[in-house]
Amino acid sequence: MEDFSLMTLLAVFEEMFGRGLFWAMVAVAVAITLAWVYVLIRDRAMSMRKFLLAQLSMPVGGIAAVWFVLLITNSGLRDIGGPIDWIVLLGVFVAGAIGFAILVYVVQSFVRGKAADS
Amino acid sequence: MEFDKLTASRRGFLGLAGAGGAALALGGAPAEAAKVRTNARILILGAGAGGAAIANRLSDRLEGAQITVLDGKQEHWYQPGFTLIAAGLRPASYSKSSITGWLPRDITFINEYAAELDPEANRVVTTGGQRIDYDYLIVSTGVVLDWDAIEGFDLSMVGPETGIGAQYASPEHAAKTWAAIDRFTSEGGVGLFGRPETEMKCAGAPVKITFLAEDIANTKGNRDKCEFIYTTPGGALFGVPVIHHRVRQIMDERDITYNYRWKLLSIDAQAKTATFDTPEFIETVEWDFINVIAPQRAPQVIRDSGLSWADRWTDEGWIEVDMQTLRHARYPNVFGIGDINGVPKGKTAASVKWHLPVVEDHLVSEIAGREGTRLFDGYTSCPLITRVGRAMLVEFDYQDNLVPSFPGLIAPLEELWISWLMKEVALKATYNAMLRGRA
Repeated sequence: MEDFSLMTLLAVFEEMFGRGLFWAMVAVAVAITLAWVYVLIRDRAMSMRKFLLAQLSMPVGGIAAVWFVLLITNSGLRDIGGPIDWIVLLGVFVAGAIGFAILVYVVQSFVRGKAADS
Repeated sequence: MEFDKLTASRRGFLGLAGAGGAALALGGAPAEAAKVRTNARILILGAGAGGAAIANRLSDRLEGAQITVLDGKQEHWYQPGFTLIAAGLRPASYSKSSITGWLPRDITFINEYAAELDPEANRVVTTGGQRIDYDYLIVSTGVVLDWDAIEGFDLSMVGPETGIGAQYASPEHAAKTWAAIDRFTSEGGVGLFGRPETEMKCAGAPVKITFLAEDIANTKGNRDKCEFIYTTPGGALFGVPVIHHRVRQIMDERDITYNYRWKLLSIDAQAKTATFDTPEFIETVEWDFINVIAPQRAPQVIRDSGLSWADRWTDEGWIEVDMQTLRHARYPNVFGIGDINGVPKGKTAASVKWHLPVVEDHLVSEIAGREGTRLFDGYTSCPLITRVGRAMLVEFDYQDNLVPSFPGLIAPLEELWISWLMKEVALKATYNAMLRGRA
């Protein structure tokens, strides 16, 4: 693992998910993040009500992310061995949870619009 | 030391993190040393992992060198993938790519093998009759699999109909091996696994496929219908004692029988029997599945060239290189990379990765009129798969020491999911980066 670079890391992710799926997921993640920034600017405030629902949906995103990663790596929860496995899995869960929370917030903002909150 | 500094100073930590981020942002662009001008003729025998990677590295480091790569194959095989193919986790295409796609553009590729090699005259004659004179020779031919040494065996036998596997032969044979393992683990019976007597590439692979087949039988709910027997001509399940004991422990836990000093002599595909030379007598065993791994030797052209050791591995023909510099002991303009090297450890792609900077350093330094300094310490690594989803990331050196890349994080003798991820998804990407000369 000498000279482990960003290019290698990208190659690992391409290998993990397949090139098409990986870059499609990156594109979706970027699009959702941009949409989130857009609604924040549009609404000029974080809506606590939307944020509450977004937070409540976080476990769903976390579990979905863990399930997805286990599926594509031909493994299951029974394979989780030592502490490092739990840390990596927790990282996947957290990433999935945050990503999904942002998605839920953005969807609410588009569906309900700014007015629904006031 | 580093960690003390980190906890002592948050600013220090942030600085370090920032530096790490900057290093990541620059990723893929290693600091470029000034190119060395030369008109040296460098001949590379073999365009496998070692040959392709050193061609790329030398092409980056040297200007004006005439680099020629000789290999009669059309396809490059990602051999660490064979185990995954033989376990039904990847298709045969996973390990196949075009050989020329990995080579730099500014070299000469000759799609032939070497037929004659004369290190006294610094000359090679190809199978097509071309004569190539060289100033420096890099031998990276890999091994040849001596299937004829197993009496009664032929590669055409491999498949589910016969119950014979040969995962080492090719990506297609690995896929047929999976078809045979799939059938065996569904129908049950006796499964024979094992390794040959000679030095071999990735000595962990025979163990991995045994563990995988046992796990697959277990997952199918057919474990009680299957018997697993592992045979080895030596006195241990792995060359490194601490790893041997761990593998033995896992085999004991999973009811896999192991026989020491059993050497496969012949198989009878009709009668479904295998004959072994054992310390006491010649033993014939019935099987429903057998995984045959051929004895491994240097290619005949190398063995005829005088580059091999005269008094070690005499029946195998590995070349006589210095175990640290990988430079030939009798012909200083000859270097070895990969499986062909007659050194005590390291017939794996991971070792190739560590051979590369050593050979590059000594060769480029000599051309530049300096003395090379880098040394190979015998580093070998093997993500030793213990079941689908778990592996042990074992790494060791000439002294049989464990040399973990991630001490404190990834325990070498612990069955971990993260080690499985390294093998299943991270390895091919880093291997490809190595081939391009970037890792």
